[in-house]
Amino acid sequence: MSGSLSLRNRLSATVRDIPRSGIRDFFDIVSTMRDVISLGIGEPDFDTPWHVRESTVFALERGTTHYTSNLGYLDLRRALAAYVSKAFGAEYNPEDEILVTVGVSEALDLALRALLNPGDEVLYHEPCYVSYRATILFAHGVPLAVETKPENGFRLTRAMLEAKVTPRTKVLMLNFPNNPTGAVMSRADLEDIAAFARARDLIVITDEIYGELTYDAPHKSIVSLPGLRDRTIFLHGFSKAWAMTGFRLGYACGPAELIEAMLKIHQYTMLCASSLSQKAALEALARPQADIGEMVDEYRRRRNFISGAFAEMGMECHRPLGAFYAFPNVARFGLPAKEFALKLLNQEKVALVPGTAFGACGEGFVRCAYATSMENLKEAMVRLKRFVGRQSNKPHAEVGNA
Amino acid sequence: MDELLEILQSNALLPREDIARMLELPVDKVKERIAEYEKRGVIRGYQAILNEDQLDLDKVTAVIEVKVTPQREGGFDTFAERISRFPEVRSAYLMSGTYDLLLFVEGRTLREVAAFVSERLSPLQGVLSTSTHFMLKTYKRFGVLMHKESSDERLTVSP
Repeated sequence: MSGSLSLRNRLSATVRDIPRSGIRDFFDIVSTMRDVISLGIGEPDFDTPWHVRESTVFALERGTTHYTSNLGYLDLRRALAAYVSKAFGAEYNPEDEILVTVGVSEALDLALRALLNPGDEVLYHEPCYVSYRATILFAHGVPLAVETKPENGFRLTRAMLEAKVTPRTKVLMLNFPNNPTGAVMSRADLEDIAAFARARDLIVITDEIYGELTYDAPHKSIVSLPGLRDRTIFLHGFSKAWAMTGFRLGYACGPAELIEAMLKIHQYTMLCASSLSQKAALEALARPQADIGEMVDEYRRRRNFISGAFAEMGMECHRPLGAFYAFPNVARFGLPAKEFALKLLNQEKVALVPGTAFGACGEGFVRCAYATSMENLKEAMVRLKRFVGRQSNKPHAEVGNA
Repeated sequence: MDELLEILQSNALLPREDIARMLELPVDKVKERIAEYEKRGVIRGYQAILNEDQLDLDKVTAVIEVKVTPQREGGFDTFAERISRFPEVRSAYLMSGTYDLLLFVEGRTLREVAAFVSERLSPLQGVLSTSTHFMLKTYKRFGVLMHKESSDERLTVSP
């Protein structure tokens, strides 16, 4: 066959024009190296609680290997309704207001595809999870990024949103506790955002996958605020709090009309989430306090440890209040974030993710996931300290010329 | 339980500076509180958790259920404290159910443990009966699994 057949030209323009995830680029480099301590892993280092794994094996033995209802098992949806009511403060009817999905990622994709006409705008905040911008574009929406800043703890304010919103804006996407910054929103913060959503008549999509993982104050969900439930799609799942990433199990809660529209896409494209994962989720909901409590305590200690270590080595970092990420500022070391991360990897074999993977405004920052053992964390901090010590002693010519 | 004790219970060797950072307390405060726990006897000691099956030791461990007649003064305590003084007895617990005391007894051989039961334990006043079980293999001790956990299967970098 001649080499002139260009498959690239046959691709959908939308797909062709979206760059690969910056995380994937970095993964390709790290995976060629040995003995790396990785603070680049966005998933818990804990094992899925044993009772969940054990009951999944039992479900397999019993023959839970068939399609389920498109919405997901009804007993699971009932358990989810009870959990969301207790943990997030919103009531949903398990019959038609909860959809079980293949991770929050699928739920987010469904929500955007169900809502957007080509050209509809979606407000979201950066730095953010690597998929948001791409998922909006795949749904033919127009992403409107709002930059959050370290000086106010990477929280979102109404003023930031007012500066970006237009009459074509249809959706506001939120993710608190936040990946990659560890930011959380207080009730007062959320009330401002809620007032904005009501005033502009926006649909809110809130990804609260890290909702259980807060360290200084309990999580508050925007969906619990007056009038928000009826204009909000609430997304949550089992990956983070229960350390069940590989199960790929998430869910969406929302007004019946929106869930019905999402279900339409889900039933044609996915049919249903894995039957075994659904059984695992049902078991996980049996004793959430015991499972999650210990992990949260451990994450808190690590958060404290890493914050203290950053302070000691003169690395500026806003205090992470949730999720399991710290997002320190490395601009003063005179290297772009990606170069900082690459040099650190080559010289000290510590993997961090450059902030630019989470949006352009992540320049000058790196994401450190503390979902790793204290032993690894300690060694990583020793190496990082050595590295930044060397950087600090150099003239910062590179920055001035950049 | 105090978080400081939880941390020590999972790793007593952790440098006090690290513990201080994890709890966001001054190092001196951490040291002071540990000293206080030691003084009060809340912390009774620090030991390594060994996987003895790997060491090929000349040692057997028996778990012995003992039925006892409680004594007029002191109930089970007097007897239990007395039996606990034997160095062969590594652990001793008062139990609910069909027997009263549960002892973990170590010896070099089966005969040695058998001799302890017949010559030391059974003749004691108040012992009604004993039932001895020898331990064959240890899977978990003090909350620690004795077989190696599989290595971290996570990708090295993920979103």
